[in-house]
Parts: sequence; structure tokens; C-alpha cells
Amino acid sequence: MNIRKIRDLIGTKLMLVLTIFVSLLFFLIFIILFFNSLLILESHSIIELLFSSTWNPMKDQFGLFPVVIGTILVTGISMLIAIPISLLSAIYITEYSPKKFKRPIRSFIDVLAGVPSVVFGLCAFIFLVPLVRDFIAPFFGVESTGLCIFTASITLSIMVFPIIISICVESFNSIPIELKEASLSIGATKWETVKKVIFRASAPSIISAILLGFGRAFGETIAVNMVVGGIPRVPSSIFHPGETLASLIASKYGELMSIPLYQSALMFVALTLFIVVLFFNLLGVFILRKARRRWKY
Amino acid sequence: MDEKIEQQIETKNLNVTIDNNHILKNINVKIPAKKLTAIIGPSGCGKTTLLKSFNRLLEIRDDVKINGKIIVDNINILSPKLNVPDIRKKMGLLSQKPYPLPMSIYENVAYGLKIHHRISGKKLDETVENCLREAGIWGEVKDRLHDPASKLSVGQQQRLCLARAIAVQPEVLLCDEPTSALDPIAAQQIEKLLDKLKKDFTVVLVTHTLRQAKRLADYVIFLYFGYVIEQGPANQVFDDPKQPETKAYIKGDIS
Repeated sequence: MNIRKIRDLIGTKLMLVLTIFVSLLFFLIFIILFFNSLLILESHSIIELLFSSTWNPMKDQFGLFPVVIGTILVTGISMLIAIPISLLSAIYITEYSPKKFKRPIRSFIDVLAGVPSVVFGLCAFIFLVPLVRDFIAPFFGVESTGLCIFTASITLSIMVFPIIISICVESFNSIPIELKEASLSIGATKWETVKKVIFRASAPSIISAILLGFGRAFGETIAVNMVVGGIPRVPSSIFHPGETLASLIASKYGELMSIPLYQSALMFVALTLFIVVLFFNLLGVFILRKARRRWKY
Repeated sequence: MDEKIEQQIETKNLNVTIDNNHILKNINVKIPAKKLTAIIGPSGCGKTTLLKSFNRLLEIRDDVKINGKIIVDNINILSPKLNVPDIRKKMGLLSQKPYPLPMSIYENVAYGLKIHHRISGKKLDETVENCLREAGIWGEVKDRLHDPASKLSVGQQQRLCLARAIAVQPEVLLCDEPTSALDPIAAQQIEKLLDKLKKDFTVVLVTHTLRQAKRLADYVIFLYFGYVIEQGPANQVFDDPKQPETKAYIKGDIS
């Protein structure tokens, strides 16, 4: 065998080994989380953990229900805010904005996507928290410290914008101009074309963008931790403090060394995060496949 | 041109500049109603640009400058006061490659009907069926109207696009080399349809195949590097061209 052939062989095998290693990480993380959760699962059922509402580790109570609710609220509200705003601005950037603004606007958004989340958290703490405390919550007749579900949602939605906008702009740009011409030539207005043709033709990418944004919102830890209030209690309004799964781990991990059961409980929280993200990824693949078939152009 | 023939489109000193390239230079053409007019000429001479100026599709790009007049039904459609979708509704478009909209076969045809006529239910079903029949594709799709349009073959897609275009009852059909992406049999089907449709519509056909123009055209416009070199009834242009460039093109010396 000559030297080039050997190099080729080594290269191929090396890439294979590395790929296997990277794929195994998925299982490795799952196994670590799973085995470390076993301790808490021996004494508490999954139902009890997820649906009982008292979180008091010192008294052996690990009810995650308030945290689950907090997570759903924060993620849900942030996506409700982020999705329409992101879609409309992505459409504006690709279809309406003058050519000379397109580049700079996109650069701003791409930079925003790369800003570390702690920076968003700080800005929210300095600016949003007083705003919610002094103006927004009083406007709705609620007393609030500003550290609450609502503030966390707004912060997250701001972090999610750049992701959704960036992917959507990419996807809207890749739609062939002839498809737009087809719609316009029938006498559709620009908005009708956007609504019925562009959105549909890019549905698969929009779904991916939303899921990616969801992943970021759902798993975001530090920025939420800084403004959500950190109280594992079911909030009576969105202007009251709450806690999310990811933020709970961040708040409590310092304490977890002392008590094995406590450590295991937090591992279970991490496992839950892992499984939910996995589930949404699989769901995304499924929806994507359906949408591609239905709305191909 | 014979003055008795009704005119559908007339351009007056039409100049088009795209990205600082002067594509169309002082175009003065007359396109007769209810006839098939072929725009011929070598590739890159501005045929498609001329065609897309008729329904103001050029201006969706932002580096296009258009000067002059395009008169349709005694109105200068380049006038900024007009509602552009109304102009476009009068002019169906058939593009080089078929681009069915990302929806079902039925929805593709119903698209324009829903926008302009606000009809639904049985009336809509009937109109969709009629358009598909007229485009010669009803028999092939009647059992799968709600399948995605992308599942059709390219030839079927092109006929679907034709059905979609005629659904909103345009006066003109603008066809931009509509057979260039098709196999010979599918191309022949489209040609037959265009030949049939010219009774009801003014057809403007951009084509790069001279033989197609000879088979179909009643009237011919010969474009060469952005200029109209010659225009007139098909037999006159093909059998007795006046200009040396036209002669050379028809003989096959330039293409």
C-alpha cells in the first residue's frame, strides 16, 4: 500500500471514530442524568415529583409543580411575544426594506444573537425590572417587585428574536423570485403574496426557527435566573415571582453537594429538561417532514 | 399594421434600465388583440424584460428604471396612480419553469378566484373545474384535486399554471418561453393550448425557438440587443424580412 492510500484510510477511520464519540455523548449525558436521578425516584414517584406543589428539600418535599408551571408560563409567554414580532420583522427585512438597509439591519440582528445571555439578564435587571415594577404592573393594578414571570418572559423573547429572525430571513431570501411573480401576476397584493405564498413556502424553516427559539427560551438559565424572582411557588399572576426548571438548577446547585437526595432531585430536573428538549426536537423533525411534503414548491 | 385590427398593447418609447444596463431601447410595438404575438430574438436581447414590463413585474426588483408609455385599453399602465394588482390581473403569466404555488392543485386555481371574485362553495368548484378543463388537465387531476401541486409532473404543472392564470379572466396571456423546461410531448400540449386560447385571449409568447414562432405566431416582433428591428404579420416577417438582422436571424446565421 502506498502512503497516500494509508493516509486516506487513517483519515476516514479517524473521522468515523470522532463521529461515533460525538454521537455517544448524547447517550452518555442521558445515562449520567438517569442514574443520578434514580435515588430520588426510589422514594418519590415521577407523578409526585412533577405534580405536587411543595418544594422544601429540608423536609424531604420535592414538588416541582410550581417550577413546571413557571417554566411553561415563561417559555410560553416569551414565544407568544417573539413569534409574531420576529416573523413580521423578518418579512419586512426581506420583502419591504430598501436594499441599503438590509445589510446593516441583518448585521445588528446577527450580533444580537451572539450576545451572551448574562448581558441580556443584566440589561433586563437594570431596565426592565424597574419598568415592570413602577409602570407596567401598576398599570394592570398589580403590585410587583419587578422580579417576575412577565419580566423573564420579555427578556427571553428579546433573546429569541434574533434566532427566529435570522433563520426566517435566510429562508425568505431563498424563495425563488418566480414564485412571488406567480402570485403577483394573478393580481395578488404584496401582503396577500406574503401571507399565502411566502409564509407557506417557508413553513418548514419557520417551524425550525420557532423550535430553535423555543429551545433557547426553554433552556435559558442565567438571564431568567436574574429576573424571575426565584421562588418555587405557583404564581398568582404573571407579575409575581416564579421559578423555571433551568433556573432552579442554577440557583440550588451550590447546595446540592450536602444532601444526596437533594442532588438527585436536581438531576431529575435536568433529566426532565433533557427529555423535553429531545421530545420537541423529534416533534420538529416530524412536523418538518409533513410540512415539506405538503408545501413544497 | 392593418388599422382595422384591434390593439391590445402598445408601447411608446419604452426604455428599461436594469442595474445601469440599458436593456430595452426606445421600444415602439403594437400587439394586436386576440392574436398570438411572438417576441423572437437571440438570448439576452430583452425579450423577457419586455414581456414583464407589460404587467409591471419588473418593478419588484429595486434597481429597475422604466421610461416611456405602455398603453393597454387606452390607459398608460405605467402611470403611478394606478393600482398595480388590477393591471396584473388583466395579464396572466406563464413562466419558463412552472411555479405552482405551495398548496393543493385545487387551491392553486382557486387562489386568484378567492382574491378577486370572493366566491366559494359550489360556484368555486365549478369555476375551478372549468379552468382546469380549459387548460386540458382536468382528466388527469380530477381525482386528486387536493394533492399538493408539487406532485404533478413538470408538464402538468405548466398546464396547472395556465389554469391558474386564466381563472381570473385576464385579457392577455404573457408566456415567457413556457415550453423550454418541458419534454417534447408536454411542449406540444402547451402549444396546442396556446393556439386554442388565442381565440379568447391576446397571447404574447416569448420564444427562442424560431420553429415554434413559425408554428404559432400571427404577428412577430424581432428584438435584437434591446432594439425592435422588425415587427409585422408572421408571414411577412418570416417570408420577406426587410432588415438584414432579421434575415440573418431567420436564416440561422445568428442565434
